[in-house]
Amino acid sequence: MSHSTKNSWVFLTLGLLLVIAFLANLWLGSVHIPMSEILYGLTGQEVAKESWQYIIIDYRLPKALAALMTGSGLAAAGLMMQTLFKNPLAGPFVLGISSGASLGVAIFILGGGFLGISVSYFSGSWGMILSASLGSFLVLAVVISVAARVRDSMALLIIGLMFGSLTSAVVSILAYFSPASELQRYIFWSFGSLGDISWSGIGILSICYGAGILLSFSVLKNLNSLLLGDLYAQTLGISLKKSRLIIIIATSILAGSLTAFTGPIAFVGLAVPHLIRQVFNASNHWVLMPASLMGGALLMLICDSIAQAPFNSFTLPINAITSLVGAPVVIWLLVRKKKLIF
Amino acid sequence: MVEKQHKTAENPVLMTENLAVGYSLKAEKKTIVSEVNIEFHKGELIGMVGINGSGKSTLLRSLSGLQEPLIGTVFLEGEKLNQISAERRAQQLSVVLTGQQISKNLSVVELVALGRQPYTNWLGNLNKTDIKSINNALAATELQGLKHQKCHTLSDGQLQRALIARALAQDTSLIILDEPTTHLDLHHKASVLILLREISKNTGTTILFSTHDIELIIPICDKMLVLHEGKCTMDAPQKLVENGIFSRLFPDKIIGFDPETSRFYLKK
Repeated sequence: MSHSTKNSWVFLTLGLLLVIAFLANLWLGSVHIPMSEILYGLTGQEVAKESWQYIIIDYRLPKALAALMTGSGLAAAGLMMQTLFKNPLAGPFVLGISSGASLGVAIFILGGGFLGISVSYFSGSWGMILSASLGSFLVLAVVISVAARVRDSMALLIIGLMFGSLTSAVVSILAYFSPASELQRYIFWSFGSLGDISWSGIGILSICYGAGILLSFSVLKNLNSLLLGDLYAQTLGISLKKSRLIIIIATSILAGSLTAFTGPIAFVGLAVPHLIRQVFNASNHWVLMPASLMGGALLMLICDSIAQAPFNSFTLPINAITSLVGAPVVIWLLVRKKKLIF
Repeated sequence: MVEKQHKTAENPVLMTENLAVGYSLKAEKKTIVSEVNIEFHKGELIGMVGINGSGKSTLLRSLSGLQEPLIGTVFLEGEKLNQISAERRAQQLSVVLTGQQISKNLSVVELVALGRQPYTNWLGNLNKTDIKSINNALAATELQGLKHQKCHTLSDGQLQRALIARALAQDTSLIILDEPTTHLDLHHKASVLILLREISKNTGTTILFSTHDIELIIPICDKMLVLHEGKCTMDAPQKLVENGIFSRLFPDKIIGFDPETSRFYLKK
């Protein structure tokens, strides 16, 4: 059982890194605030300047929490997709699930103009989440039904790509007829951003995130059976239909709600489970899932800190950073291991 | 023990009643094998043979509950198969399939441990009984040395043994295997077949497997099941040899069967 002791050390290290990354994320930014003041702010003690208090509590903390949930949620979604599709390249982004969410948001933001609906911020965020989740659910449902017919992993990826291009086609048609202000809103959303979330947004997001994660944990044992393929899973007493449905719902809630708030974020869902498999010597989802949650959160916090790098008043789009970090990682894994296994 | 034997005398491990299997394509039903009336008892080793497309896999799937039969009933230890809950069925019947996309990232021991899933709670924690079953399965298949190896490092023969070990760890009264000797060389074929015979003799597990290696299995099976022209014949191998069923199995222009040696030969 030396494996499990090794794994618990890795868990401990990961947890420690996560705390450091979280604090570093709060510390970094255009305004320099001493670490001690940040700790005061977090623990509810008096902070030297009132503007610092505001920056810590109302800007940096929600942003760090958003990074935490986005990274871990997308990694969880990616892990479940890779096991469900038995495909190492599966992930919310590659399979077109994020594209589905984008389409939902595009219809919501841009299509709202047609119908003359102006939405208040609160119903707006619920509306965004609902449309994004519905979009990702629909795409996932189509991908699943196609996957049942086509037993070819290449076909799945091509279908994912097709959904990506379908989405952009529909979006450009919508954009063509949209007023500039709404178009701008959509474009900014599609860059991805963790910084625009208010505390009420964090509240809504954590409800969806919590529901998605709870659902994911309820199917971890079934995910282990699915490692042997659908037929074997059935002979182990698993209800395939039920497990699939729960996994799809959990993934769409996670990918949908996160995408609604932070924009489409690439590579985290795909890359993190692979990195975790490199570090942990296990296929058991009771190890992989918590590890992916921690790893995803860590990666996202680091990416967000990099996005702050210019230390100016503006930050880089987070979507660009995750791609810049994620793509080389996947290429490196492929070159080193020759092939990816799920 | 006496009581148990009495019980098995009453209820065969597996029994079918006028079973017909095949596919339902839209409204149309396509029957592949019909009038299947078979009975397997405790500890029997049964080999199923038939040419490609004769319905071996379809029949195996129907017997293991992965596919609904077109008509007729399958009884597992006296109970109707489709009325047994999936979870309880998994404690009575385990399956070894070919050509499944299994995660090659699993280590051998993790793979075998998955056989304990029907017995564990939702956390999947293994208790002492589970660990004992896993170790027994690893010992029976001589895989202890490869325990921590990942499946992608195994040879085809080793992987097949690991899959059999997984089914063995499931502690069922019946194991059904779909072509366990395909893609293996003669040596590994023989070792898999001998392993199956040992399992059935040592543990009393009933084993049903399909194969194309007719000559190899004639001497080791208790019974053989021959699928031919949509019908299913079951008997002791020697009886089947005497009946001449193997001589009719393939088109007789090219292949003949010599009952004396139980060997096929090429004509011309």
